[in-house]
Amino acid sequence: MNIEEILKDIVDAEEIELEKVSIEGDIVLEIDKLLSTFSQPQSNPVIATPTKSAEIKEDVYKFSPPIQEYNGNVAEITLGSTKADGGTRRKVVKIGGQTTLYRFEGGYKNPPVISFDVFDMEMTSFPKTLREQWGDIWDDPASWAKKAVKLGTELVTLHLVSTDPRVKDTSPKEAARTVEDVLQAVKVPLVVGGSGNPEKDPLLFEKVAEAAEGEMLLLASANLDLDFKKIVDVAKKYKHNVLAFTSMNITDQQSLNRLLLEEGLPKNQLVQDPTTGALGYGIDYTYSIIERLKQNALKGEKVLQNPIFCGVTNAWAAREAWMNEPKWGAREHRGLLWEIFTALTVINAGADGMMMLHPNSVKIVKEIIEAASEDLEGPEIDYQDWVGSI
Amino acid sequence: MKKISPLQLYKHLPGTNCRECQESSCMAFASTLIERSHNIEDCTPLMKEDKYSEKRGTLFEILTPPIKEIKIGNGDRQVVIGGEEVMYRHDLTYFNPTAIFIDINDGMENGAIQEKVEKIKEFTVTRIGEKLNLDGIAIRSTTNDPTKFGEIVLSVVEKYDLPLILCSYNSEILEVGLAISADKKPLIYAANKENWESIVNLALKYDCPVVASAPGNPQELVELVQNLTNNGVENIVLDIGTYPRGKKFYEMNENLAMMRRLAIEDGIKNLGFPILGVPMVAWMQEKDEIKASKLEATLASTQLLRYCDVLILHSLETWALLPLLTLRQNIYTDPRVPISVDAGIREIEKPNKNSPVLVTSNFALTYYTVASDLESAKIPCYVLVVDTDGLAVEVAIAGGKLTASGINEIFEESNIIDRIDHKKLIIPGRIARLSGEIEDATGLEILVGPIDSARIGGFLEKNWSN
Repeated sequence: MNIEEILKDIVDAEEIELEKVSIEGDIVLEIDKLLSTFSQPQSNPVIATPTKSAEIKEDVYKFSPPIQEYNGNVAEITLGSTKADGGTRRKVVKIGGQTTLYRFEGGYKNPPVISFDVFDMEMTSFPKTLREQWGDIWDDPASWAKKAVKLGTELVTLHLVSTDPRVKDTSPKEAARTVEDVLQAVKVPLVVGGSGNPEKDPLLFEKVAEAAEGEMLLLASANLDLDFKKIVDVAKKYKHNVLAFTSMNITDQQSLNRLLLEEGLPKNQLVQDPTTGALGYGIDYTYSIIERLKQNALKGEKVLQNPIFCGVTNAWAAREAWMNEPKWGAREHRGLLWEIFTALTVINAGADGMMMLHPNSVKIVKEIIEAASEDLEGPEIDYQDWVGSI
Repeated sequence: MKKISPLQLYKHLPGTNCRECQESSCMAFASTLIERSHNIEDCTPLMKEDKYSEKRGTLFEILTPPIKEIKIGNGDRQVVIGGEEVMYRHDLTYFNPTAIFIDINDGMENGAIQEKVEKIKEFTVTRIGEKLNLDGIAIRSTTNDPTKFGEIVLSVVEKYDLPLILCSYNSEILEVGLAISADKKPLIYAANKENWESIVNLALKYDCPVVASAPGNPQELVELVQNLTNNGVENIVLDIGTYPRGKKFYEMNENLAMMRRLAIEDGIKNLGFPILGVPMVAWMQEKDEIKASKLEATLASTQLLRYCDVLILHSLETWALLPLLTLRQNIYTDPRVPISVDAGIREIEKPNKNSPVLVTSNFALTYYTVASDLESAKIPCYVLVVDTDGLAVEVAIAGGKLTASGINEIFEESNIIDRIDHKKLIIPGRIARLSGEIEDATGLEILVGPIDSARIGGFLEKNWSN
C-alpha cells in the first residue's frame, strides 16, 4: 500500500488505523491530488454546515468581572521618612494597603517593591554568578548600596551578618556606624537585617534604631525566639518598622503578630515574613501560606492585616541555581530564572516586597511588576500570528 | 461552585456502611471521593441497584468538577488537563498538572524535526525521586500548505505516541492533519469567531477536543464557546491569548484569574474548561535565542501560576525548562502532605559500623533530597534527622532551630553510638560555623561536609577513611 492509497482511504473512511501500516523506504507524498477533494466540497462534502442553529442564543452569559465583598483590608506601611517627617530619605516607599484580592476588584494600591541585598562583609560564599556582579565593591557596604540603587531599586536591605558571634562578632555600636554610612551613601529607605542570633539581635537593633532615629527603617527581624519586646520598644522609641519573621507556620505568624501588637507596636509599623522557600525547596508552602495570609486578612482576621516581605534571595541556595551541572544547561541563565521564578511565585501569591540579589533578575521582575501596575503600553503583537510566523 | 463537604456527598450514598469499597463507612468513602482516591464506580451497591439510580445521578452531578477534564492523546502518554475543583491549592489540592507542549512546524527540515521530536520525547529530569517530562508536540502550519502539514503529521504519528496539538486557523489544513492523526485524539487549535463553523465540523467528525480562541476578549470567548456547545462540541479548551509585555500582559493575567473565578466560584459553564497559554509568543518579540527563551520561561511561569492547564513552548533549553518543570512539580504537590519527616536516625544502603553519620534537617524536601542523593550515589550511611520544625538547614540555622544542643539531643536519643565504631559526625556545609559548638556538645569529631548533598560522594572519598 502506498501513501496515496492511505490518504485516499483517509478521506473515504470514517476511521483510520495508521499504526497497522508500515512504511518503508523514501516516502514521497502526493497529497496535492488528494487535496482537491478537501477543497471541492460539492464533489465530496467533507465539510458540512452545522446541523443546529449557528446563532448564539439571546441569553448568552455577559462577561463581567467577578467582584467580591471583603470585610478587611491590609494596613499600608511607610518605609523610610523624608525630612518633613524627621528622616533624611529623599522618597518613602509604601507597601500593602489592599482592600481587595485582585486589582480588577478595584482595591489595589501599591505595587510590590524590590530591595537589593547588601551585606556588611565580603560574601565569599556567593555563587560565581553573584560574585561577578558584586565582588568588586563588597568590602564596602556603602559602595555596595550605591551600586544597588544605581541598578534601580527603591529600597536596600543591609544585612549585618558580621555581627554574629560565630562570624566576626562585630559590636552593635560598630554595626550601627555601618548603618549610618549607608544612610549617608544612599537616599532610599533601608531594611536592616541582623544575623539571626537571638541573644545579639535585640542589642544590635537597639543601637541601630538609635543611630537611625526617625528614619522608619524596617528592622528585620523580630521572631518568637528572641526578646521581641525590646525590638518593639526601640521601634516605638526611635520610629521604625518591624518585620515579624516566622518559619512557614501560619499559627506562629498569628501569635507573633499578636504579641508584637500587644507590646504596643502600631499596626502600621508591622510587616510580616512567613519565610520564603526557594523554587524546588518549599516554595509551594510559601505560596499557599502567603495566599492564606492575604485572604484571611481581607476576610477580616485583624492580626494578619499587614504587608508581606519575602527573602527571594533564598533562591540562590538551591543547587539548581548555582551548581555547574552540564545536564541542567547553562548555569548563568538557570540561576537567574531560579530567582525570577521564586519572585514571580510570591508576587502571584500576594507578596508586597522582595529581597533579591541579581541585577538582571531584578530588572526582569521589575518590568513585569511595572506592566502589571502602571498600564504600560507594551509592543503590539498580533497574537494569532504565533501559529504561522515564528 | 463552593467546596464540597463529605456530608453533602454522604446524603447521596446508600448509607449502609457495607464496606464493599474497603472503607470503614459511607462517610469515609465520601471523603475519599473528594480526594479522588475512590471513584463513584467503587460503590458497587450504588452502581448496581436500581433504587439508587436517583442518588447516583445526583452524585455524578455534584462530583463533576467545575473545570471539565479534557484528554489529549491516547495510550501511555495520554495527558489529562483541567478537572480542577478549587481556585487555591490550599482549599484542597490541584489535580492535573499543566501539560507542557513543545512546537515544531512544517517549514522545518525533516532532519531537524526528527531531532527535535526525539528530544521532546526523551527529555527528562529527576527531582526528589520524580521524573519530570514534557507532555506533547504542537505541530504548526507555517507554510500554509496542506501537503506539507500532512507530511509532517504523518512523519510524527508513525514514530511517536506523544499527544499532539494541530495548529492552524485553516480548516482544510487541519483536516489533513486530523485525517491522519484523529485516532491519536489530538487537540485542535483553533476555532475563532471567523472559522468556528468549519472547525465545529472537524471536531465532531473526528471526535477531537478543540481550542476556542478569542485573544484578549472574554465576551467573545464566552460567545464562541456557546456556539461550539450549541452545535454539540463538548471538549473545549479556552484561549484568551498570550501577551508578553505591557498592558496586554497585565490584562491577560487579570482575564485568567477572572475566568477561573467565574468558572469555579460562580459556576459559569461557558468558562468551565481548561485554559491554554502560548508562552512561545515571546519569540515574536525577541530575536535573540537566549532572551527569547528567558522571556518565554517567565511568561510560562506566570501562566502556570494563573491557572493555565496547557502551555505551548518553543525552547528546549534545559536551563529554561528545569525551573518551569520544578515550579509545576511544586504547585501541583498535594498541600495536605506534611512539611516535615520524623526526627531520628535513618539507614541508607545497609550501613555498617564504619559507615559515616550525616546530619540533616527534618524538612521533608531537604530530607528527601539528601536521601535520594545518597541512594543514587550508593553510599551506605546513617542520616541523623534533626527536628528543625520542618525547616531547611539554611533557614533553620537563621531561626535558631538547628543548634548544637538539638543535634546532641537527637544523637543521644538515637543510640547511634552503639551501632558505630567511630566517633565522627558529618555536618552540612551550611552550618560550618556551628562545628565548634557541636564538637563541644557531643564530644565527637566534627567533619564539615559539602554545601550540597550532591557532593557527598566526592567528599567522602577524600575525607572518610574508616
